[in-house]
Amino acid sequence: MGDDAIAEAMRQINPHVVAAYPITPSTQVVEAFARFVADGLVDTEFVATESEHSAMSACVGAAAGGGRVMTVTGSQGLAYMFEVLGVASGLRLPLVMAIANRALNSPLNIHGDHSDTMAMRDMGWIHLYSENCQEAYDNTIQAFRIAENPNVRTPVLVAIDGFQTSHMVETLIVEPDKLVKKFIGEHIPSYPMLDIDNPVLYGAADRPDYYMEHKRSQLVGIINAPEVITQIGKEYGDLTGRYYGLVEEYRMEDTEYAIVVMSATAGSVKGAIDQLREEGIAAGLLKIRAFRPFPADEVAKSLSRTKSVAVLDRCGTGGAQGGPLFLEVRTALYEEKSPPQVINYIYGLGGKDLPLKHIKDVYLRLREIARTGERGKLVDFLNLRE
Amino acid sequence: MKKEKLKKWQELPIGGLILDMGNSSETQTGDWNPNRLVWNEDTCTHCLLCWINCPDASIKVEDSKVIGIDNYHCKVCGICVEVCPTKPKSLEIISEEVA
Repeated sequence: MGDDAIAEAMRQINPHVVAAYPITPSTQVVEAFARFVADGLVDTEFVATESEHSAMSACVGAAAGGGRVMTVTGSQGLAYMFEVLGVASGLRLPLVMAIANRALNSPLNIHGDHSDTMAMRDMGWIHLYSENCQEAYDNTIQAFRIAENPNVRTPVLVAIDGFQTSHMVETLIVEPDKLVKKFIGEHIPSYPMLDIDNPVLYGAADRPDYYMEHKRSQLVGIINAPEVITQIGKEYGDLTGRYYGLVEEYRMEDTEYAIVVMSATAGSVKGAIDQLREEGIAAGLLKIRAFRPFPADEVAKSLSRTKSVAVLDRCGTGGAQGGPLFLEVRTALYEEKSPPQVINYIYGLGGKDLPLKHIKDVYLRLREIARTGERGKLVDFLNLRE
Repeated sequence: MKKEKLKKWQELPIGGLILDMGNSSETQTGDWNPNRLVWNEDTCTHCLLCWINCPDASIKVEDSKVIGIDNYHCKVCGICVEVCPTKPKSLEIISEEVA
């Protein structure tokens, strides 16, 4: 299961501190990891906090102290952490947080969608989205290298789709402990508070004369991130044979109709593409792995060759002009000389299934848009009873 | 006190950290208050209760005698006024407008 894949990566990473409060569908990560702690397989100080707000606060303290730190949450738990998420990124702490994406109340729903992490998309964290258990494992390991890179020093979240990935039983290649340990290396903290010979002050107040300068300075880590994510993805690939970039293209080389999507649904889209290709429809997929910082150049370059694009958002619009991914993709294409037509579908909210038939329908509509030039409805829902 | 030179964003330590401890003496932390603390030399007995109790080290003392107030760091909390034993009080809060 995806949760176990993340827990296994955590065992190999052996963080100094893990502070967490379990919440469905990421409970299994905390359970499995707590067992590793109880069995003495890790040296981690495991803090079972009384809430997610406390969990993230403990992580901030531990990371400021100089530790390699991780937590796990999703949905309401992530919402409850919200206040402290900005503290972590503002203080440039190299935390890693695994998320099993889950819908937000109300109505209460424990199943998967991206509304939780999309609500924190501008909190200054790096976002990596994983398609399956293997990517969940691989991304968790790489996340520490990205977060701790001296040019980045920014918290990273690794997201998997709640249930679709968190509870999906799949084959997983687990790298040897030695390889993972060597890959992530020793944690070299920057200005650790526990270095009492060199005292520093974390979390000072700013008046208007310095706040904006500090926020600009914070952005440096995010600006440097794409290069580091790419380089670490390549380094990891050289060791394991599984290469990672900011985005992943699937059969995009000759495609006219592309879907842009994140996480588990990318797997379904690949299946639909293979079937459509046999029917002679040149369908392609652009999967976003790093949503923050948004890889606008890579997206524009990849999609500029297409005629029509559908962006699939697993998150509502909240009154915006479309889903969050759609807004990013459409903006990225604005500078193109002859950009493709871009439409948006909201799908899979609260764990709603997305059978291949609906994905194929999207491609058929894209083909129609390319043929007629008529875009039709800009934002619509997929697999909605109406 | 000379005017602070504001740093550019590129010159700031990572994460808004303050690396040089005890640097508040270089920063005017009390210049926002609309009220001001004034000291009356004529009634002061230099008992230094104000100096002991001041949470911001804003009572200036030289050779065991009060010599004035550091208005750039005093937050006008009024603790010194409260503990001052002289009658009338040797420390008083006045409105900036009056000053």
